[in-house]
Amino acid sequence: MAAEHTLTANEYILHHLTFLSNKAPTGVMDFSVIHLDSVFFSVLLAVLFGGSFYFAARNATAGQPRGFQAFVELVVEFINDQVKDTFHGTNELLAPLALTIFCWVFLFNAMDVLPVDLLPALARGVGIEHLKVVPSTDLNVTFGMSLTVFILIIYYSIKCKGLGGFIGELALQPFSSKNPLLQALLVPANLVLEIVPLVARPISLALRLYGNLFAGEMIFLLLATLSLHGVAQLASFSGWLYVVLQFLLAFAWAVFHLLVITLQAFIFMVLTIVYLAMAHEHH
Amino acid sequence: MNINLTLFVQMLVFVTLIWFTKRFVWPMILGPMDERARRIAVGLAAAEKGKTDLAEARERADAVIREARDRATQIVDLAAKRANEMIEEAKGTASGEAARLLTQARAEVARESSRAREDLTREVGRLAVRGAARLLEREIDAGTHVELLDKLAAEITNG
Repeated sequence: MAAEHTLTANEYILHHLTFLSNKAPTGVMDFSVIHLDSVFFSVLLAVLFGGSFYFAARNATAGQPRGFQAFVELVVEFINDQVKDTFHGTNELLAPLALTIFCWVFLFNAMDVLPVDLLPALARGVGIEHLKVVPSTDLNVTFGMSLTVFILIIYYSIKCKGLGGFIGELALQPFSSKNPLLQALLVPANLVLEIVPLVARPISLALRLYGNLFAGEMIFLLLATLSLHGVAQLASFSGWLYVVLQFLLAFAWAVFHLLVITLQAFIFMVLTIVYLAMAHEHH
Repeated sequence: MNINLTLFVQMLVFVTLIWFTKRFVWPMILGPMDERARRIAVGLAAAEKGKTDLAEARERADAVIREARDRATQIVDLAAKRANEMIEEAKGTASGEAARLLTQARAEVARESSRAREDLTREVGRLAVRGAARLLEREIDAGTHVELLDKLAAEITNG
């Protein structure tokens, strides 16, 4: 907490929800703006995941696996089983993609369990005013991933079914008729019915992850407002009560949140596998 | 909250990370895992083979032992038979030898007794002659002793 002046709860929360960016955005979409904190933590966690797994992979032996190798193999085996259960074709990309998504999103989400003020307070110490440490509470990050997945869906759909096959799938079902004239009339309806769920996939992927993590972070922020007055509130009994209450509730929420962050990483991964498996299927 | 350049940076990082995982991490972890699975399969097969080999060897050993036991029994039987035969043979030889010895002894006895009888006859003859000579020297009476002398002479000759 800033010791100089006491923030109101509103100011505190707004402060925490502000990204570290190069400049203030001018509208809902402004591609000259970049969230430095999201990019920093996203890359940092990518390096952490990639580096540690690469380290384990480089030292991996076919003998008895030990320590970190055993852990990495556990994760890889788990992901591999998930992919094999859902997808029966051959795709060299799908399993590594699923591993990347699960581990990276999990690490994003895990940042949420760190005390909400810890890293921002450290950043303030070196003169950085705003810092959002959970990349998955940034819509740009979650959309960045889901749009990549969406592009892969389109790519594999066209690759497996051909451009005609893909468009045919969008235009000729669910309603079809043997009469060409009637079929022509049904095409617009089919297009609407097929394109909406197709486009909804990346949106729901991104918003689900964002929403869950944003809500989780918001709960931590709300609990943190209980000790908004810092050391000063330790002077009174009610002040102590609020601190103890915050501790208990934040602890309970953190424990529950461990489930949420794992589950959300898992859901993102499984849905990606399912969507890409569907892209490979012929109807 | 707004959509900005972060979106594209994130996509770029994501694609790079996927590429990195696919190129370096995934095969380098799965390779040793597959290799291990192969080794375990080979080991299990070898263990299975070892088990059947052991059973086979045990069976073979049993057969060898059984055969050896049979052979031993045969040999023992043969030996017992042979021993009996030898005993019988020895008995036969011994009784033959005994009969021979007995015959020999009897012959010896017979020979000895006939020789003794001859010696005795000769001695008796001499004694008789001496006795007769003495008798003759003193009171030879042909009338009284002729009969006795005749008898004596007959006895000696019959001997």
